[in-house]
Amino acid sequence: MAVVDKAGPRKGGRSFTEIVNDERYRSVFYQVIVAVAVIWAANYLITNTAENLQARGMSAGFEFLTSTAGFSIAWSIIDYEPGDTYFDVYLVGIANTLIISFFAIIATTLLGFVVGVMRLSKNFIICNLASGYVEVMRNVPLLLHILFWFTLSAALPRPKNSLGLGDMFFLNNRGLYVPAPIPGEGFGVVVIMVLIGIAAAFGVTVWATRRQMATGQRFPAFWVGVGLVVGLPLLAFAALGAPLTFDYPSLKGFNFTGGADVPRAFCALLFALVLYHTVYMAEAVRAGILSVSHGQTEASYSLGLKPSWTLRLVVIPQAMRAVVPPMISNWMNVVKNSSLAVAIGYPDLVAVFMQTSLNQSGHAIEIVGMVMLFYMTVSLTISAALNYYNKLVQIKER
Amino acid sequence: MSIDTQLPDETVHVASAISDEVVIELASVNKWYGEFHVLKDINLAVNKGERIVICGPSGSGKSTMIRCINRLEEHQAGDIIVNGTEMGTNIKNIDAIRRDVGMVFQQFNLFPHLSVLENCTLAPIWVKNMPKAEAEKIAMEYLERVKIPEQAGKYPGQLSGGQQQRVAIARSLCMSPTIMLFDEPTSALDPEMISEVLDVMVGLAETGMTMLVVTHEMGFAKRVADRVIFMDQGEIVEQNTPDEFFTNPKSDRTKLFLSQILAH
Ligand SMILES: Nc1ncnc2c1ncn2[C@@H]1O[C@H](COP(=O)(O)OP(=O)(O)OP(=O)(O)O)[C@@H](O)[C@H]1O
Ligand SMILES: [Mg+2]
Repeated sequence: MAVVDKAGPRKGGRSFTEIVNDERYRSVFYQVIVAVAVIWAANYLITNTAENLQARGMSAGFEFLTSTAGFSIAWSIIDYEPGDTYFDVYLVGIANTLIISFFAIIATTLLGFVVGVMRLSKNFIICNLASGYVEVMRNVPLLLHILFWFTLSAALPRPKNSLGLGDMFFLNNRGLYVPAPIPGEGFGVVVIMVLIGIAAAFGVTVWATRRQMATGQRFPAFWVGVGLVVGLPLLAFAALGAPLTFDYPSLKGFNFTGGADVPRAFCALLFALVLYHTVYMAEAVRAGILSVSHGQTEASYSLGLKPSWTLRLVVIPQAMRAVVPPMISNWMNVVKNSSLAVAIGYPDLVAVFMQTSLNQSGHAIEIVGMVMLFYMTVSLTISAALNYYNKLVQIKER
Repeated sequence: MSIDTQLPDETVHVASAISDEVVIELASVNKWYGEFHVLKDINLAVNKGERIVICGPSGSGKSTMIRCINRLEEHQAGDIIVNGTEMGTNIKNIDAIRRDVGMVFQQFNLFPHLSVLENCTLAPIWVKNMPKAEAEKIAMEYLERVKIPEQAGKYPGQLSGGQQQRVAIARSLCMSPTIMLFDEPTSALDPEMISEVLDVMVGLAETGMTMLVVTHEMGFAKRVADRVIFMDQGEIVEQNTPDEFFTNPKSDRTKLFLSQILAH
């Protein structure tokens, strides 16, 4: 077969336009232009900043991280005292950002699935309820959601008149008070049993699949697995004489002592993040299910597969391809948007590090850089996982 | 529309294998879409081994009728009995009928996330509790029957339309159905691929399979059908052997229809 060289050597020289329009050189040409522009801009920014810092007699560097921060933080899930360093503040901020993102992501995902499926319901009331929710929530800016719930939570009763649930949970205008678990002797065994249960359930599933493929016999692997994960730790828990006690919150004077407290700002932020981001999750789920054509279901039914098997083997695997990418970018948005916490004083990374620490130490460039580094690390990790997943499930086309 | 698709040895009719046993019975079946009366008092009995071609203008209810036979559509009045099982609202009965009846669609409807082989083994493994190795062996046999065993590891998106439709036929056959329904299996195909699918269907007819085929491929009808049914506006207008049907149509509607499709 003769290979035709489209841009083979020709008589005479080639004009500049000819080279740029050659598909072999075209992309290289643009890449060179972009690279030159980026290097020039970076060089300009760095030298300019260095000159300005020098002119004002300021130093750049990360030594400040080891000096004492000296301010207190309203709430943190890891131990912190005002005598700790700026680096400790950084870690506290990260922990506080991650903990709210964690709960928000879990609640968003679960609620999103429910609302997404509800929106597809043939039931008039359920469908319109879900549609109404989506329309109302997404047409209000997130900051407004946050301020709304924060303001509303200020109207909760004072500690003395807290809303209580069975002398264990208390909600008032300072926050939510919950029992704090205190692991007793041997509680570690229970934790280990949970891990063993999970491993055993996984093993049973693998075994059951192998056996079914080999012999065609079914095994209720799911329920046995649930039994193992729940049953083993429960047995250990009972056998060891219930090695777990709780410290209950109780009203002392004007406030609660004991238990664990979750500040009002946390609750308001969590509420707002979940209600707002659920919408995008729900839309992703709805779009995913709709992306699987009706013909797929019909083909599956005509092969004798029951609706539940059709859902599991045909519809969900295909729908997930469309659901997962927007779902994961929604997770990233939850993490990033949790930084709106500054508006209501929840001590997240931006609030404790980019505000208080920056104002005190003046190391703007380093601090902004470190905060950016954190958000970028989280986002890039999540998107790396997403790319891996996409590659795994990509439908093979020609 | 290609009327004179080249089939091997077109003049010879595939030997009939009709038995006395009635395997599908539609008795006074009626169906409405809202106000629209789509099936009007359909009566039809299909014998075991019989091959029926159904034709008629677009919108006449051909698809709707055969889709009622495996309950992809629900009828509102009348009885449908398949292999002695009455199609009521009983889920067990519906499942039993669907296991016995295979269907091939105009749009193939292969599962794009599964390989060709997995498409063929999915139902045998999950519906018939068949060991995977056995299901794969059977699947390979059918893929050989439809002449594409070498594509077993590929995904539907990597195949041509004709190849996809042959996989769809093999996938249905893997459940060893006793009845096969075809809803315009070649209408979405380029002309050069139509005959490869029709060849497979002729081969299937030679095995004595009971077949109901909605198609406008009149060459196929002449060669394979024991009976041609003409539908218009939700009714069975005329039914006859292919010879009589094509040379001596009785109703004016049939004549008009035949003149239209043969004029192409
Ligand atoms: N889900 C539905 N809702 C309302 N009307 C429908 C629906 N499905 C089909 N119809 C109508 O029922 C009539 C029969 O449809 P059907 O698909 O059975 O026709 P057909 O004979 O198979 O036509 P074609 O040759 O175009 O496939 C058509 O008029 C169609 O518009
Ligand atoms: Mg049709």
